[in-house]
Amino acid sequence: MSATLPPFEEIVSTHGATVLRVCRAVLGPIDAEDAWSETFLAALRAYPTLRPGSNVKAWLVTIAHRKAIDQTRARARRPLLPVSSLPERAAPTEEHRWNGELWAAMQALPFKQRVAVAYHYVAGMPYAEVAALTGGSQDAARRAASDGIATLRKTYGEGSAR
Amino acid sequence: MMTRHGPLPAIDEETIDEETKRKLHDRLVREAQTAGLLDVAYRIIDSPVGSLLLAATTKGLVRLAYRCEDHEKVLERLARDLSPRILHAPARLDTAAKQLDEYFAGARHDFDLSVDWSLARGFRHLVLMRLRAIGYGQTVNYAAIAAAAGNPKAVRAVGTACATNPIPVVVPCHRVVRSDGSIGQYVGGVEVKRALLTMEGRRRTL
Repeated sequence: MSATLPPFEEIVSTHGATVLRVCRAVLGPIDAEDAWSETFLAALRAYPTLRPGSNVKAWLVTIAHRKAIDQTRARARRPLLPVSSLPERAAPTEEHRWNGELWAAMQALPFKQRVAVAYHYVAGMPYAEVAALTGGSQDAARRAASDGIATLRKTYGEGSAR
Repeated sequence: MMTRHGPLPAIDEETIDEETKRKLHDRLVREAQTAGLLDVAYRIIDSPVGSLLLAATTKGLVRLAYRCEDHEKVLERLARDLSPRILHAPARLDTAAKQLDEYFAGARHDFDLSVDWSLARGFRHLVLMRLRAIGYGQTVNYAAIAAAAGNPKAVRAVGTACATNPIPVVVPCHRVVRSDGSIGQYVGGVEVKRALLTMEGRRRTL
């Protein structure tokens, strides 16, 4: 492991896509880009103090997790509006290419299950790292992820599963 | 690297299109700049002597590197020597890129750019300041620069200062040649030095 930090640009190009997928999985398409931006700006701020050789992906997902909690709380405080009256927001450019049903099914999961699924299956983090991030035991993280997957299998329709 | 768990098709391999990546990157650059977190911005431009990496701090142009210096290594050293808060952020280098284009087109003889001298301290800095005074198309020998920098015996140190010039072309170390009139070495390679001097229509050797 090199003793110095690589240019931050390298962090963005290596992990940017994974972090965006995680944000989408946890927050859905609308809030994902805001969460991504906040995550990378916070990461850039703290970057010079990161120990060289650290697990950068886990570090970024940790920051994204805190942003997701903030956004989820903010969302809970937002008045609920009927879907038809949602303000016009810049639609994600590739929404049409998304697996919309899957993302919708993800959003229906309880927060604990959703983040466990996102961090283990989307970010590829081992359950020990997921547990360190979400609190609780490794077994609890495994259980949350598998419960989440079981629900998704039911809600997400078998026809589209490979 | 990642095991295929299989239960959720597409969730971990969804493609992120280029437009989304660019949009998010642009926003990060913009917000980093506003928050004062963009310590080093860089871009890569094409030139008749190969692609050039330009890097600037908030103070000004801090580095220009030839392809042969290995741009990736140059960025790694900037991360180590200045700050790892480095992003590909071309806008900060618009003026430098424009002036270099004009220079390579033969339309510009002097650069008018803010420069950050952080990478050249002490005697090397003194030498580089002297180099800036050598006009377009002129050449000066290493000994004359040593004398002008206040240390006539430091001919070798002048050579080192030229070889480690962080901002070649803009700080014209290509205009420093040997006392015997031979061209001497160059950070971008002797061929590039010859090309620059030919382009400038080298007028006289002092």
